[in-house]
Amino acid sequence: MRQARRAAMARGVLAVLDIGTSKVTCIVLQFDGPGQFRESDGVGPMAGQSSFRVIGQFTTQSRGVRYGEIETMAETERCVRHAVQGAQKQAGVRVDHVIATISGARPASYGLAGEIALRSGKVTEEDVAAALAACEVPDFGRNRDVLHAQPVNFAVDARSGLSDPRDIVGDRLAVDMHVLTIDGFAASNLVQCVQRCDLELAGVGSAAYAAGRAALVEDEQELGAACVDMGGGVTGVSLFLKKHMLFADAVRMGGDLVTRDISAGLRVPLATAEWLKTRHGGLEATNRDDREMIDVTPERDEHWDGERRTVSRADLIGIMRPRVEEILDGVREVLEVAGFDQMPSRQVVLTGGASQIPGLDGLAMRILGQNVRIGRPLRIHGLAQQHTAPCHAATVGLALHAANPQDEWWDFEMPVERAGVVGLRRAYRWFRNNW
Amino acid sequence: MSGLKHLTAAFSAVAPPAPARRPGARPPPAARTARREPGPSRLAYRLNRLWLTPFYRRLFRIGLPLLLVAAITGLWLSDETRRANLTGGVAAVVENIQSREAFMVRTMEIEGASPAVDRALRAMLPVTLPASSFDIELRDLREAVERLDAIEKVEFRIRPGGILSAVVVEREPAILWRHARGLDLLDAQGHRVASVTSRDVRRDLPLIAGEGAARHTDEALALIDAAGPILPRLRGLERVGERRWDVVLDRGQRIMLPTARPLPALRQALAMDAQDGLLSRDVTVIDLRDPARPVLRMGLTAQNTLRRAAGLPEIDGDGNLIEPEEGGAKTAAAGNAARRGG
Repeated sequence: MRQARRAAMARGVLAVLDIGTSKVTCIVLQFDGPGQFRESDGVGPMAGQSSFRVIGQFTTQSRGVRYGEIETMAETERCVRHAVQGAQKQAGVRVDHVIATISGARPASYGLAGEIALRSGKVTEEDVAAALAACEVPDFGRNRDVLHAQPVNFAVDARSGLSDPRDIVGDRLAVDMHVLTIDGFAASNLVQCVQRCDLELAGVGSAAYAAGRAALVEDEQELGAACVDMGGGVTGVSLFLKKHMLFADAVRMGGDLVTRDISAGLRVPLATAEWLKTRHGGLEATNRDDREMIDVTPERDEHWDGERRTVSRADLIGIMRPRVEEILDGVREVLEVAGFDQMPSRQVVLTGGASQIPGLDGLAMRILGQNVRIGRPLRIHGLAQQHTAPCHAATVGLALHAANPQDEWWDFEMPVERAGVVGLRRAYRWFRNNW
Repeated sequence: MSGLKHLTAAFSAVAPPAPARRPGARPPPAARTARREPGPSRLAYRLNRLWLTPFYRRLFRIGLPLLLVAAITGLWLSDETRRANLTGGVAAVVENIQSREAFMVRTMEIEGASPAVDRALRAMLPVTLPASSFDIELRDLREAVERLDAIEKVEFRIRPGGILSAVVVEREPAILWRHARGLDLLDAQGHRVASVTSRDVRRDLPLIAGEGAARHTDEALALIDAAGPILPRLRGLERVGERRWDVVLDRGQRIMLPTARPLPALRQALAMDAQDGLLSRDVTVIDLRDPARPVLRMGLTAQNTLRRAAGLPEIDGDGNLIEPEEGGAKTAAAGNAARRGG
């Protein structure tokens, strides 16, 4: 995958593809300027910074995706083609390489630790690679694939908390690594979908991770924060500390569930339910909402019996609120499992399409703690107005990730695995198979 | 409840009644127009991507129209009759344009030519007048005409009004040249002007003779210029052995000039003549081939005068001794030969 990304950067044009449950977005990035992808920089703040610009973007409705996983390949393919073609047309260039996101797919986070003795008295890059290879890998389970494996903390002798240990003098080097695994089929489906669109996959990212990178400001990433990406099918949660992601998980509930509840509760079609949710939705009912009537008359067809229907906003809120509370409860459980209470600053940032519901921050404060804010993604150069909404946080985050990639295990030349230790290499079989 | 009855009555009056359905029958299927799925088909997507590649774009935008034009032209021209028609049409149009009034040449005017040359020129015109000026190639005509010996330079111009004007500069004959193939008129540079039948055609021109004399015409003319006093007696110059000149005078006298620098030698001979009246005496040949050693060849009378003065017997025209009274020529010749040999 290194080669693919290097080839893409050399060509200068890269596409970022976000395949979600409710929408598929494709933006085309152009990398220009002297800050090209420098692979030699290795450990530390990323393997090279690049300046980039958005030259094409397109969003289309997503079909064939449920809970973030591709269900119907043909439909999803068509949506991807639609999005890619639209973005290409606007950009005026043909893109061959694409970085995609995976949301949901039952992620599981593992924290691994490895330690080696330094041979030359100070830390070299080979030592870092050896320490990464020395991490003992647990059994991930059947048909699980590793999505991210990032070194998050280095410790030389007793000094911990190093982000770049090169050339530090010491005897032993220890590394903490965060490994994120997802369901193997979901990953394979995504790879196949991308390949069938004549595109080459140059990188893959977790949507929760991307949303965190876009919505969390640098201080929050440094001091510790949780990013909750409330999407259509899946609500992703990612924890950041010291600019690294420590934990990621997903709750299989999202905005689509709320829509379905409204449709079933008010007996309106799904399209009307979606419109109700986005236009008139809310979570805090006031007296005024009892009297505010929304016209939900169905379209004139042969079943129309001439009756006009209205619902009050209070009814709507009454249907939406329990479901959103349920989603936030799920998020809280995830944060508890992750050990969010031990973090120094427990900031929660809500982003994603469903975070736009009026009154969500009040509800979230009651469930998730005092420090809750609604976040928007970072502004990047060239992005159109409609794509700076919170629902595109994952896309923007992935673009930032493409420009400033974080070190992954495959950035290092790993030594041959030692006998008896299940090395990381074996776990990455599917990388080799697909790329 | 009566109020409600009013309401329901009003409702049923205003709203159309529900359509009657046979019990148990399914409702008619909705004639909904199939909504087109947004998003391109795979083929459309691939074509779109192809179109975005600059190489293919150039190929189709530029290459395809070129190919089409070439193919159509090739197909159209492949038919024999069409080709013939096309060339015929083009030729007709060209002919039409070329025959326009403004381009026609009607007459030919020749200046500075003698009548014979005039006739020759008119005959040399490749087209019969009136003709289109496109058909007359002036440069070729000029080259052809200048090949004529009689003409030194000719200028052709087509003047407005349809007049082809020729300004001719003829060669001036300066000398006559007699050689094995006949008699030629040459100009001052030695270029042939014309052939003549006899010398009397141009009595005023000098005569040179011998092969290779034409190449040294200028030398000959210089010699003739220098031969002032003997000009009335000069019959001509002869080129001997293609090497040197002989000045031939009447009464059978010759002056042999050297190969190099004949002019000073001639002047030397003339000076001798002016001094001693050499040429009016009985001298047949003045040999100045070696200018340091002039040699004279005497005639019979002079020889006999010298022999008489020396007391020798005279000789006749054949070189035989003439005994004064006695003896035949044979014994006198033998005695002379013995005396000479002794």
